[in-house]
Amino acid sequence: MANRTQPLGTLVWVGTGALALVLTATLAPLVAIAVTAEEGFKLRAADWAAIHFTLLQAGLSAILSLVIAIPLARAVARRRFIGRGLFISLMGAPFILPVIVAVIGLIASYGHNGWLAHTVQVIGLDLPEIYGLHGVVLAHVFFNLPLAARLILQEWQAIPQERIRLAQSLGLKGGAFFRHIEWPILRTAVPGAFVVIFLLCCSSFAVALILGGGPRATTIELAIYQTFRFDFDLGRAATLAAVQALLCLSLGAFALRLSARETGLGTGLDRALALPTEGCAFVDTLVIVAAGVFLALPLARIVILGLPNLIELPTAIWIAALRSLIMALSATILSIAMALPIAMALIRLRRAAMFEALCLLALVISPLALGTGWFLILRSITNPVTWALPITVCANALMALPFVLRAVLPTLREAETSQARLATALGLVGWHRFRHAILPRLARPLGFAAGLCAALSMGDLGVIALFAAPDQATLPLEMLRLMGAYRMADAQGAALLLLILSLGLFWIFDRGGHHHA
Amino acid sequence: MLEVTNLTYCSAGFELNAAFRVQRGERLALMGRSGAGKSTLISLIAGFLSPNAGEIWLEGANLTHSDPSKRPISILFQDSNLFPHLTLRENLGLALSPRLAMNAAMETQISTALAQVGLSGFEGRLPASLSGGQQSRAAIARVLLQNRPILLMDEPFAALDPALRREMAELISTLCRDLGLTLILASHDFMDAERMCDRVMLLTEGRITEDCPIAGLRAAPPAGLAPWL
Amino acid sequence: MKHTITAAGMSIFAGAAMAESPVLHVYTYDSFIADWGPGPQIEAAFEGSCGCDLQFISAGDGAALLSRLQLEGSRSEADVVLGLDTNLMTAARDTGLFAAHGISAERLTLPITWDDAEFLPFDWGYFAFVHNSDLPIPPKSFEDLAASDLRILIQDPRSSTPGLGLVYWIEAAYGDGAAQIWQDLADNIVTVTPGWSQAYGLFLEGEADMVLSYTTSPAYHLIAEEDPSKSAAAFDEGHYMQIEIAGITEASDQPDLARAFLDFMLSPAFQSVIPTTNWMYPAALPASALPDGFDTLIAPEKVLHFPGDEAAALRDATIDRWQTALSR
Repeated sequence: MANRTQPLGTLVWVGTGALALVLTATLAPLVAIAVTAEEGFKLRAADWAAIHFTLLQAGLSAILSLVIAIPLARAVARRRFIGRGLFISLMGAPFILPVIVAVIGLIASYGHNGWLAHTVQVIGLDLPEIYGLHGVVLAHVFFNLPLAARLILQEWQAIPQERIRLAQSLGLKGGAFFRHIEWPILRTAVPGAFVVIFLLCCSSFAVALILGGGPRATTIELAIYQTFRFDFDLGRAATLAAVQALLCLSLGAFALRLSARETGLGTGLDRALALPTEGCAFVDTLVIVAAGVFLALPLARIVILGLPNLIELPTAIWIAALRSLIMALSATILSIAMALPIAMALIRLRRAAMFEALCLLALVISPLALGTGWFLILRSITNPVTWALPITVCANALMALPFVLRAVLPTLREAETSQARLATALGLVGWHRFRHAILPRLARPLGFAAGLCAALSMGDLGVIALFAAPDQATLPLEMLRLMGAYRMADAQGAALLLLILSLGLFWIFDRGGHHHA
Repeated sequence: MLEVTNLTYCSAGFELNAAFRVQRGERLALMGRSGAGKSTLISLIAGFLSPNAGEIWLEGANLTHSDPSKRPISILFQDSNLFPHLTLRENLGLALSPRLAMNAAMETQISTALAQVGLSGFEGRLPASLSGGQQSRAAIARVLLQNRPILLMDEPFAALDPALRREMAELISTLCRDLGLTLILASHDFMDAERMCDRVMLLTEGRITEDCPIAGLRAAPPAGLAPWL
Repeated sequence: MKHTITAAGMSIFAGAAMAESPVLHVYTYDSFIADWGPGPQIEAAFEGSCGCDLQFISAGDGAALLSRLQLEGSRSEADVVLGLDTNLMTAARDTGLFAAHGISAERLTLPITWDDAEFLPFDWGYFAFVHNSDLPIPPKSFEDLAASDLRILIQDPRSSTPGLGLVYWIEAAYGDGAAQIWQDLADNIVTVTPGWSQAYGLFLEGEADMVLSYTTSPAYHLIAEEDPSKSAAAFDEGHYMQIEIAGITEASDQPDLARAFLDFMLSPAFQSVIPTTNWMYPAALPASALPDGFDTLIAPEKVLHFPGDEAAALRDATIDRWQTALSR
């Protein structure tokens, strides 16, 4: 396919190569897991308990997120209030918020000794335990409620204005309005959102690591970690990883079929619809305020608790922060360096949709299952521990790849279809064509994608927890250790630092993209 | 008679001022460029927007602040005239009972209305299974069922091909004549106006700048309307 | 300035400083190298005589140490692993990652005789549940505890030596009845932490009524904080003994230095630091050398302990029993 008539021939070859590399990095660990797994996939009672707990918490988290997200999306869709744009941005924040930071904020807000506990104590109430099922579900709702709300809000905003006016003119109110306007969009949006959230909760690790634990609150992901780090039973870890990969892949396939629209990261959520608003202003206000407080409180707690400790953080934290920063930037460069040629190849390849879906694999398969696979492969070649940091960088780049592709592909397709002839006529080929005709148009989506990738890598606590040597801690891992040693003041200071770095990276890249657009 | 008195509507740098009367059974075309205020005026009459000042009267009743569904008005948009998840029977049924509590008499009414627009036997079909022209016909059938004296149309049939547009315009024309409907049509196509209406009003930047009968217009067009012919 | 930046850059990815003196890497558990733990004093004392750089590296709690070593295999940079216990000794030996120490055990003052080619003990103690002294009716047995509605914190036996000790404790005291005890205890357990530090920290934060620790833990509060408010509950069925051990890795690139460290470990310079930093009984000091305050601690009437081989044989079954009972 890369002959002289294709002006971007080399780039396409590079892209096809990168695509092959990505698929190998995703599929090879699966093979390693399958080969190492115990024969017959013998599962013990505790493994079944882990599977049960995984499904239970994921189901509860998804249901609870959606039950709150639906009235929230409805309220936001039809109310105009000061700070509405800010509120919608706040709902996007949990996506790039490091999990461990959020968990510290949640403990400080809703834990046994947290702000809420002290508040309700006044009226003689006791909060449920934050460790175990309650805490895991709470944290997952914290992350997925905004995601669900944005996914549903997007559907709400997509209702044609004419249809709403038609309903008004036909006198459809209350139940009839819900049935003919709102129910149809919920029916499209909710199942897809449910499966996506369910999948995210099944493969979430850091939440289960900190708030779960104990045989009663162990997810499969956590069980892989424990089997690996505590028992060092590679056969069983591989068996569990295989179970996890199977579960996630089937959920992922299901989600791909159900999800009607793109992820809820897009813009265009600012439009306020002229929806009928009579009667329920109080409920709407209550829902918006309650959700706002629920989401903002942990962030506010991090800032309040972390600020006094920020200056006096131990040197080890600053070194870990610098290490994380370098790793996040490396992952970002790597991810974009892979994504661009892959995207160039994808818009030319047949079956592009299939290949794009394959790039999603790394995101769908859990980080610890992949990590286990990579460990098994590396172990036969070298000391995996010395490769902990490069492997983490690669893992982060791989996990961010689908987001980068999603951000870049539409613009790239558009640029290539609308301007390819002009560029060819002007004799713009190869690198120059890419540099002058394509790259400038990609600045915005690339900035956004790079910001996303950098923020996600900065806060990642997955593969690194599996491999890392004591002297190679990233900032999130160092925080985990501080929490383990019960140095909460330092952990809170580090949480604020991590929060600033993650959001800062996102902001800088995203802004940079806007600037060069 | 529909009477619009000193109607004023302001929104972000745009101001609409209008005062006019439409006799019962009259068929009025609103013409003008995009953004001249055609759709805004239609929305004000339908009740989707509230005016900052002025009033709308119909046969001695003040409609200015009444609910869209309580106004003796039916409306056709360019598209999205049908709910995609409902069958034609249900889509039309909404005009008779918003809760879709249907009885045998209603079923008969629906079948009759569908027959009037040439869609006999289409009761169980979903909108997605119909052609664009058939969808428009179904929406017109609902207008028949609503049986309200005023019909508002905002750029209707704009998505249809010229032959179909002509067909639809003739259908609307016939219905208006047969049922004695008052029609207000927003369009930027003078052919539409000629086919369906007997009077034309030109809107320019939120103001009525021409108002004249269509008959004989082509022979001696007023200056403002000349470019539209 | 330039040099500082380069050095900082190196330390980010290399970890090991470019020291000219030989470096001895000792893997140990978290609390050993805490600021208030024995690590800092021992590091200073040993570095004063060895002409080397002693680096402690923490790898979670005791049991996680072993899997960390397995994870790294023969490529590990560990020279000494300090902080396993007799319950893990056979499993550790079976990895083949440890070398013979060749040091005489005659200085030991343990309550049992010691004769092991690869491992040497450095301290010992009894597991116990620690509570605030004002607890109205402290339980006198596991049955008492299970029947009460006291909230307890325990550690994961797969990652933590106290957690593993508890599993053996109940096994030694109840045998076939152990599964039932675990089932009855399940509703008392607030959470299972991966290590001792987390559990004890949560207890001090007021998250539970009791925490699995040692009979010697109240001595810390009494001596270091002059706070008599913590007590260990004496159980009628006896207390399980833990002996903490250290060994030299087969792959060590500093075997002589490692041997010198193990020899130092049994000397008074190391042993005298243990009672008031690690809050355990020293393995090679006479009882008369214990600081004031240790005499106030409870002394178990009955001592429970499985020898290394027996513990190894029981390990999988007991952990499985624990896991099954608690995952219901």
